Amino acid sequence: MGRIALAISSFFAIISRPDFAASVAQLRDGVPAPVPTPAPAPVAAPVPTPPAAPVWQAPPETAALQLLGLLQRDARFVDFIEQDVAAFSDADIGGAARVVHEGCRKVLREHFTIATVRTEAEGSRITLPAGFDAAAVRVTGNVVGQPPFTGTLVHQGWRVSASRLPKLAQGHDASVLAPAEVEL
Amino acid sequence: MSDTTATLSPRYTVGIDLGTTHCALSWVDTHTSDGEKVAQGVLEIPQLTGPGAVEGKSLLPSFMYLPHASEMAPGDLALPWAAAQDFAVGELARTRGAATPIRLVSSAKSWLCHPGVDRRGPILPVDAPEEVQRVSPLEASIRYLSHLKAAWDQQHPEAPLAQQDVTVTIPASFDPAARELTAEAAQAAGFAHLTLLEEPQAALYSWIERSSGQWRKQVRQGDILLVVDVGGGTTDLSLMAVLERDGNLELQRVAVGEHILLGGDNMDLALAYGVARKLAAEGKQLDPWQTRALAHACRSAKETLFSDPAVMAVPVVVPSRGSKLIGGSIRTEVTRQELEQTLLEGFFPPAAVSDQPISRARAALTQLGLPYAQDAAITRHLAAFLTRQRGATAQLEGLGSSLPEAATFLHPTAVLFNGGVLKSGAIAERVLATLNGWLQAEGAAPARLLAGADLDLAVARGAAYYGYVRRGRGVRIRGGTAQAYYVAVESSMPAIPGMEPPIQALCLAPFGMEEGSEATLPAQEFGLVVGEPVHFRFFGSSVRRQDQVGTTLDFWAPDELHELQAIEAHLPAQGRTAGEVVRVRLHARITETGVLELEALPVGGTERWKVEFDARSDAQP
Repeated sequence: MGRIALAISSFFAIISRPDFAASVAQLRDGVPAPVPTPAPAPVAAPVPTPPAAPVWQAPPETAALQLLGLLQRDARFVDFIEQDVAAFSDADIGGAARVVHEGCRKVLREHFTIATVRTEAEGSRITLPAGFDAAAVRVTGNVVGQPPFTGTLVHQGWRVSASRLPKLAQGHDASVLAPAEVEL
Repeated sequence: MSDTTATLSPRYTVGIDLGTTHCALSWVDTHTSDGEKVAQGVLEIPQLTGPGAVEGKSLLPSFMYLPHASEMAPGDLALPWAAAQDFAVGELARTRGAATPIRLVSSAKSWLCHPGVDRRGPILPVDAPEEVQRVSPLEASIRYLSHLKAAWDQQHPEAPLAQQDVTVTIPASFDPAARELTAEAAQAAGFAHLTLLEEPQAALYSWIERSSGQWRKQVRQGDILLVVDVGGGTTDLSLMAVLERDGNLELQRVAVGEHILLGGDNMDLALAYGVARKLAAEGKQLDPWQTRALAHACRSAKETLFSDPAVMAVPVVVPSRGSKLIGGSIRTEVTRQELEQTLLEGFFPPAAVSDQPISRARAALTQLGLPYAQDAAITRHLAAFLTRQRGATAQLEGLGSSLPEAATFLHPTAVLFNGGVLKSGAIAERVLATLNGWLQAEGAAPARLLAGADLDLAVARGAAYYGYVRRGRGVRIRGGTAQAYYVAVESSMPAIPGMEPPIQALCLAPFGMEEGSEATLPAQEFGLVVGEPVHFRFFGSSVRRQDQVGTTLDFWAPDELHELQAIEAHLPAQGRTAGEVVRVRLHARITETGVLELEALPVGGTERWKVEFDARSDAQP
């Protein structure tokens, strides 16, 4: 469970922090991280920006926070992830998961148009022509020779064709994912 | 030049559904439409969905939130067209208001037609504490319309909404005062070319438009179409006849039902209360916040159960309010049996056509809440409506068929459903089965269901299409006013001591007056005192179709005439001495907008004074 939490918090850290994203990329590529840190924990200490990292896009931090805010508002996402599940029965977790699932689905449906990358059924044999889009299709396993490649479609992939996040007023603080609530 | 034609008639015809729970705006671009090929769209309405967050949605919830001065951060209520306003309408208002109902204005439309309150007075929210700056039902409607206007103008700067042909829809059952207030709200919001249209007619127009000319194959001469519109807050019934004139099919609206304040929100709440009772029996008490969350969960459970007959129960979870979601949430389920018991048996029970809704006493004058229908059974309201309108088509020319002698109610031959509630197949089936049971008992053929309606946006779309049709590019539903109107005059019968003097009803406006038409001038004269307001009792009838202007009734059956708000004539004192009595005659006309207007015309003079509907509280002396 600890690894799932780490994965999810890392996901958002990668989206929102360019420096962190850069270090993770390096870690993944097998290049040792520039600073000796035990592991790239999300709260990881100051990682200096790599000196001449050329053209990194700046990830839109506000949008990431906004999405997290929507997931919290409609799906109680942060509540769910931040809670320690060890002490609860599967029935309790399952009950809460219904709230999270229904809400996440609502957020996804309302704010993104998502379709599969490949329309073929998973498990079917497909052929990738030369010059296939490596960003949209990842080849794995016995990757040798020259395309066209023929293989089994393991995962259909997902692609967002349109996203519709709410417009934010100037100076709106998106870092408050959910305000504290005080009933008077 | 296209420029000159553009100035002659506006490019867009716009339909606005000003609903009890949602508003929507649809448009027809007349420049790119041709005959029955209509270029139509629905406006995405930018609105606050959270503090400082604006999103476009096709529906604008008809809610307004009046926040406390310290409740929002600066800029949280900003809209793309308004840097700062001290209220919110739409999605944010609805969600905020759920947690703080004392600052939430809801159901403004129902208040607009509530005869017992001052509809121009700041009365909403009803439960607001002193310090909240309340608004009137009229003002709330103006703000919803203004929001739509600003949203349109931002997306169509070259064609401001004020200059387009705008049709605003109203329930068919709206009384003259509520119609006038709706028109007043639209004019205050700045719509220069305004028409009012009844919602069931709008739904039928939408169906016609969507059929792209095929509607003529789905109906035939002699058809009686029943439109059943169950929206979020109200239920509206109308009957339309299909006539043939000069070889062409024509539609005529022949009757409308009473105002029934009962809709989908009541149903969701009823379901939630049923589940809450079940939880209470298990020792789990819900607070008001959780009850609302439960209502929300029940609504999606309802949709799942109604859409899939194989599902027998749907789990619902009421999330905890605090951040501990797991363990703090309450889990239960809604079973098919509970759903059918609550919704079908509660709101759509099997009924005989002779059944009447459980009658209620005339609304008390001091009543503060909304006059919700006392009988929740929509099937019984339908039965009473069809029975009362048995004779609605008797005098109709061009219908080509007539009702059998023995019929006890008007036999519809086809049904069109509208409103979100009837998206549920089981409910639609129940209504149709009940109606067909009545028809079968009288040996009539079952009514057909007219398919292909878009139940959420039909009214707005139909209203936009109506604006297009008014330019002579499609079939138009005729109808005129669905009531005849009467003013009370004191009877010449001898008064009995201790009894209210008997009154007669003088017909001022006959049934079926078209927009832009004038009634003839009745001979009856009234004495008005200059400088003093004079009140007259005012009546409407949805069944007396033959009465002409000047018809005087000495007696009528209790359900033939119903009393509307009083009308008030006020003669200005200029040119006369206060206290002088002037002989006037009362004259009725229907404006181009579709509003009944009454005027007092002095005998032998040329002046005209407007006679107002008394939209203020009856409770005032």
